[in-house]
Amino acid sequence: MSIKKSLMTAGAALSALPMSVLAQNQVNMSPGVTRVGAEIYDLHMLIMIICIVIGIGVFGVMLYSIVYHRKSKGFEPSQFHESTKVEIAWTVVPFLILIGMAVPATSTLLEVYDNDDAELDILVTGHQWKWRYEYLNAEGENVSFFSNLATPQEEIYNSEAKGEHYLLEVDEPLVIPIDTKVRFLITANDVIHSWWVPEIAVKRDAIPGFINEAWSKVDQEGIYRGQCTELCGSYHGFMPIVVHAVTQDEFQGWMSAKRADKAAQVAASSVDLSLDALMSEGEAVYQTQCLACHGAQGEGGVGKAISGSSIAMGDIGVHLDVGIKGVAGTAMQAFGAQLTDVEMAAVITYQRNAFGNNTGDVVQPSDVALHKQG
Amino acid sequence: MGDHHHGPAKGLSRWLFTTNHKDIGTMYLWFSFAMFILGGTFAMIIRAELFQPGMQLVEPGFFNQMTTLHGLVMVFGAIMPSFVGLANWLIPMMIGAPDMALPRMNNWSFWILPPGFLMLASTLFMEGGAPAFGWTFYAPLSTTYAAPSVTFFIFSIHVLGVSSIMGSINIIATIMNMRAPGMTYMKMPLFVWTWFITAFLLVAVMPVLAGAVTMMLMDIHFGTSFFSAAGGGDPVLFQHIFWFFGHPEVYIIILPAFGVVSQVIPAFSRKPLFGYASMVYATAAIAILSFVVWAHHMYTVGMPVAGELFFMYATMLIAVPTGVKVFNWVSTMWRGALSFETPMLFSIGFLVLFTIGGFTGLMLSIAPADFQYHDTYFVVAHFHYVMVAGAVFSMTSAVYFWLPKWTGRMYNETMGKVHFWISFVGFNVTFFPQHFVGLAGMPRRVPDYALQFADFNMMSSIGAFVYGASQILFLYNVIATIVAGERVSDEQVWDGAEGLEWTLPTPPPYHTFEVPPQIEASPAHG
Ligand code: HEM
Ligand SMILES: [Cu+2]
Repeated sequence: MSIKKSLMTAGAALSALPMSVLAQNQVNMSPGVTRVGAEIYDLHMLIMIICIVIGIGVFGVMLYSIVYHRKSKGFEPSQFHESTKVEIAWTVVPFLILIGMAVPATSTLLEVYDNDDAELDILVTGHQWKWRYEYLNAEGENVSFFSNLATPQEEIYNSEAKGEHYLLEVDEPLVIPIDTKVRFLITANDVIHSWWVPEIAVKRDAIPGFINEAWSKVDQEGIYRGQCTELCGSYHGFMPIVVHAVTQDEFQGWMSAKRADKAAQVAASSVDLSLDALMSEGEAVYQTQCLACHGAQGEGGVGKAISGSSIAMGDIGVHLDVGIKGVAGTAMQAFGAQLTDVEMAAVITYQRNAFGNNTGDVVQPSDVALHKQG
Repeated sequence: MGDHHHGPAKGLSRWLFTTNHKDIGTMYLWFSFAMFILGGTFAMIIRAELFQPGMQLVEPGFFNQMTTLHGLVMVFGAIMPSFVGLANWLIPMMIGAPDMALPRMNNWSFWILPPGFLMLASTLFMEGGAPAFGWTFYAPLSTTYAAPSVTFFIFSIHVLGVSSIMGSINIIATIMNMRAPGMTYMKMPLFVWTWFITAFLLVAVMPVLAGAVTMMLMDIHFGTSFFSAAGGGDPVLFQHIFWFFGHPEVYIIILPAFGVVSQVIPAFSRKPLFGYASMVYATAAIAILSFVVWAHHMYTVGMPVAGELFFMYATMLIAVPTGVKVFNWVSTMWRGALSFETPMLFSIGFLVLFTIGGFTGLMLSIAPADFQYHDTYFVVAHFHYVMVAGAVFSMTSAVYFWLPKWTGRMYNETMGKVHFWISFVGFNVTFFPQHFVGLAGMPRRVPDYALQFADFNMMSSIGAFVYGASQILFLYNVIATIVAGERVSDEQVWDGAEGLEWTLPTPPPYHTFEVPPQIEASPAHG
């Protein structure tokens, strides 16, 4: 412990971070807020304790030897070796212990795999580098949205102090009702991702071309955070998951609000906006969607430079095409489905007028809608 | 082989054209140490970036290149060639053979390695950067979405694979054909046995790896869709093929390490290995089982539940022969007359830390629990306990153990012990906290992390710098020994050591056992 303490003091001196936010250091798995999660936790503890007990035995014998059976103490080596009895014992006993472990492991596994009778289905799609959620609904329209990292670049690049949920916060969380068996249908759009929220005990790979199933039934209201756990490219570390578990009433309310929002969006795309309104909305969209690849000053990075770009300063149709359909075979993805027409119009306008591109062009939501129709 | 009793050629041509197992062994060992330093440098960059939350030193894309190259260089460049070097030096001397069975191929299998790694390292300077998809290179991140340098990566994997296959064929041929009269299989030292089994594993799985990268090459350049769902292919197929190679691969890494420890522990316990035959059978059992457990790396891909259960039970079963090995080593120490020279310290370090890695392996084998462990730092901790504290500690033990024999000079014992203690503490400070952050929810292969993981990551980084620095001491000690170590001329070197290599003069002449030794009838294995 004293080593750890002194290292931490040394660390504190070196670090510019406020140590107060680093207070808690969780060292074990969390049982989480589902029955399956609690079972997994019990299984984990059981096996760990068995291992520790065996470890104490093995290391104890070894330590005894190290202390007492030393040449320097004049200990005469015995020459015994081979004993069929002992060897059978230390093969059979571990085997029996393993059977003891396999029984609860099997029953928990079967439960994890019991995807039947879900009351709510949510399609989860991994994209480089964000998640998309779609509530599949038999009556009425599906509700869907993207969930992006909300931590600002300034915090990541250390020019601002890091917030409490640094890297574990999104612009729009997944909302699920408690006491409901929710089934997640998990897939991906580009490379393999993995959707993991430790507290609700779900981890399943999101694989393009496959739809995996997993489920969870959350007991407690709360906010549960997770991350992508399969390496998916440069920003693998920056696509968190946030789940809000709410009461069923609140969930219904949220759902209706989402539907109303969607209707409002459709209406909004027929209204023309001012250049200023488009620019400020566009800047916000740029920062969540484009900045990671195209740079804070439009200078480029993973993607091409926007500043001075022949596309951003050339034909509007081509520019819209790139934004809506992406560029096949590159990291530039199709944003047509992820952004509303208003957002798309705003970000295209922004790119055409920011970073010294001053084209003066204004792209309206109706232009986007028209372009999408072909 | 030309005329007898000649010494080595002079100058560069000695090394370029040599067919001598000792020279080739030496080159393998130095090459692998160079790769160890290179891979270690990548690790230092990784740990420096992870020292604190936030991005400080490198960009996320470059960070991924570092984790990828670190894994590839350590597995294929440092650990595997180091044990091949050891095999070259020791197998002929242990079985009473004059050299390896296929000496010219031996030269070739070494000399294609440096160009292979040069090609891999050169990707760092290519447009789009080095491979950034992890050492497990899952498609389609490594195909459709990879930088153009992936083609060079594929060819370098081919080259390393060819080298390994030739090396293993040579080892198999040597052991089967070149044993001195009276050296029956069940009298071979365990190091020879473990390498014999490892060589079969290599011959079986390296072609599978070659197949996997060739399919990638076809997908990237020739329009096939083995791993692309859009073209009717299957990204999960890649993982099955990779791990069919990958799991036996981890035993390729650890079995020769078992062999080393099985030589060192009896020597410094002054007592025969407790159960020689059961050690041989356990090694074979592990090797056979290693072919049917691969999907324990894929519990979360969405296999049918029957598949999950099969792979879970098979994986749990591996703990039995692994346990047999650990119990055997401990019983060998029991009531021996122990002394703690540097090789013994590293072997005991191996024994303790490898056992911890085996325990976490058992935990990971439990499929439902693995849903929480998979792809977190808990797995990172597990495999560093088995690969660093397992394979690397055992290799270090081997170098200290046989260096006096090879060079006829003694290393500095105090410096060796200091090296052990710094390594042991540095290693644990680095990797033990990774169990905690993994269980608390930190994914692996991320360049940045949430604030609650900060303290343990800082500890890990400090430990890593300490462990890294201790290798400089090792290098210094080895060079100082070769140049100016105190001379040893006693054939035995260590009073408790057993085996034919200890009957040779110290240092051994350039050619040994040109006349096969006579092995007495009594079972005198190590
Ligand atoms: C008792 C013996 C062992 C068992 C039961 C075991 C089990 C496992 C399991 C289940 C995993 C997958 C964890 C996951 O990704 O979620 C794993 C990962 C791994 N193990 Fe072991 N293991 C054992 C010994 C070893 C040994 C001896 C080595 C090598 C020297 C090794 C090297 C690795 C490596 C490299 C990985 C991670 C590969 C990756 O994803 O990058 N393991 N082990
Ligand atoms: Cu494995």
